Amino acid sequence: MGRYILLRLGGLAGVLIAVSVVTFVLMHLIPGGPYDEEKMPLSEEAKANILRSYGLDKPLWQQYLLFAGNALRFEFGYSYQSPGETVTQLISRVWTVSLQLGALTLAVAIPLGLGLGIVAASHRNSWLDNFVTLLATAGIVLPTFVVGILLILLFSNTLHWLPTGGWEGPRTWVMPVIAYALGPAGIIARYTRTCVIEGAGADYVRTARAKGLREGAVMWRHVLRNAAIPILTIAGPLVPDLLTGSIFIETIFRIPGLGSYFVTSVYQRDYPMIMTLALLAAFVVSIAYLSTDLIYLAIDPRIRLAS
Amino acid sequence: MRPAGAAPAPSSSGLPGVALPGTSVLAMGRAARESSPGGEAWRRFRANRLGPLGLVIVLLLVLLAIGAPLIAPYPYDKPDFGAAWQFPSRQHLMGTDGIGRDFFSRIVYGARTSLAIGLSAQAIALTLGILLGLAAGMRGGMVDFVVMRLVDAVWAFPRLLFAIMLLTVLGSGFTNVLFAIAVTGWIPICRLTRAQLLGQREQEYVAAARAIGATERRVARVHLLPNIMGPIIVALTLGVPEAIFAEAGLSFLGIGINPPIPSWGQMVGESVSTIRFYWHLALFPAVMIGLTMLGFVLMGDGLRDALDPRSRS
Repeated sequence: MGRYILLRLGGLAGVLIAVSVVTFVLMHLIPGGPYDEEKMPLSEEAKANILRSYGLDKPLWQQYLLFAGNALRFEFGYSYQSPGETVTQLISRVWTVSLQLGALTLAVAIPLGLGLGIVAASHRNSWLDNFVTLLATAGIVLPTFVVGILLILLFSNTLHWLPTGGWEGPRTWVMPVIAYALGPAGIIARYTRTCVIEGAGADYVRTARAKGLREGAVMWRHVLRNAAIPILTIAGPLVPDLLTGSIFIETIFRIPGLGSYFVTSVYQRDYPMIMTLALLAAFVVSIAYLSTDLIYLAIDPRIRLAS
Repeated sequence: MRPAGAAPAPSSSGLPGVALPGTSVLAMGRAARESSPGGEAWRRFRANRLGPLGLVIVLLLVLLAIGAPLIAPYPYDKPDFGAAWQFPSRQHLMGTDGIGRDFFSRIVYGARTSLAIGLSAQAIALTLGILLGLAAGMRGGMVDFVVMRLVDAVWAFPRLLFAIMLLTVLGSGFTNVLFAIAVTGWIPICRLTRAQLLGQREQEYVAAARAIGATERRVARVHLLPNIMGPIIVALTLGVPEAIFAEAGLSFLGIGINPPIPSWGQMVGESVSTIRFYWHLALFPAVMIGLTMLGFVLMGDGLRDALDPRSRS
């Protein structure tokens, strides 16, 4: 078990190195630098001073090693687009907002998806089942920005119930969270439905019923417990997407989160920020996959590691 | 799943194309007609009620894209500053945008952009994915290892960030957007081709073909490819909306298709700042993107029921 985790962490390190190298190369392929004339008119000397202070006068391979060395100590340098703030400070400031949004979305999507899936499965082939299936499909298929636009048009423009954007209290949370949660909820609902239908026909469920267990207990203790693994396989990879912020949701609802920095950092050639964002995204994705696998091992005694 | 429509339910539902010994000649004839592979697939496609709906939506979109010059009442790129910011009216069915271009015409031509990106991205994905997948699955060994590590590396990279950087390096516009999408688009097809090959390679019919002396190339072309095409066609159908979504997303962020070429994603992106007042600029493109995605995905789900042997009940 410990060996397995170690191996996986080694793989994670490999991914992070690969991602950092590719990002570094690609980002320096982009023509122009952070302190070009059209962005801010500076004298030659002043520009040289700035370049030197950020280490941008050194050869590229030295710059990379310098970044990598500092990154190992969790120092990512100063962000160019937000002077006076370290990358760490900037990210922790804006990521908090994205994390709130992501956590709220998960808190809505998981119960909603499970609930819809169970309802659909226990009314199989009824109009309710068809309705849930259509709703889930629409949730999966429609881009978040399309859902977001439609929500604004309905709740802000037509009904005047909710503000069009911002991030100041529960009233501004409603629409972004719904727009964001529909996709994951739809995916979870579809898989829950399939798993519950499959599980409901199993022998151990019949036995549980035969010994007189109530329907609710059969569902919780037997059907859902066995459905947990396939559902987890599907839900696990959804988490990192929700936690790194959605540039689309944040743009539409004017939420000051991490998402928009993926674009602005590239535009402004904010090298330290680009590198850190790429590493952060790759790290969150890898950790999510790893923890999904570990939770697997914990809840399913049938899964054993091949030694 | 219940068959749709008034057509009588076909009797054969067990093993398609297999007539059991002892059945009458008449019954065999009927079974053969009803369960030719194509007929059987079409029956299953219609049995899924949403599949045909998706097909209709997709066909309407194709008509819209092909017939754009006939359908659009105005040119898509001609500004008319005297008629800017108009709401939908009889003259302008969907109103006009900020520089007075007829919005309905722009929506109609937008279908061309979406379909062109979706279809050409999938054409590239198909070619690259099948070739690399075949190489990995048939050759195995070193080739397999190299291709699969390439797949892993491309897949682990944050895709949006990659596309943004690529488009900043290359500049925005149709070809570069297509390229940015295709760079990662081939991966699902490659994975699928390889996985299907690994599953089919050890089947008896392949061993039989080898036993009578078929070359590796002939085994791949005549025996394996036709047998793995079903799932690949399904993946392609579902890949089209993904490419369309990617284009819409990039154009939404302002780094995709350049104006004046209309793109629905670009229109939605531009409408966000004025959505409080000019609802029509947001509503119509958003609905079109939604319909397009729904159409392709519903059609793809229907095709999966019809073509994918694993999902047959």
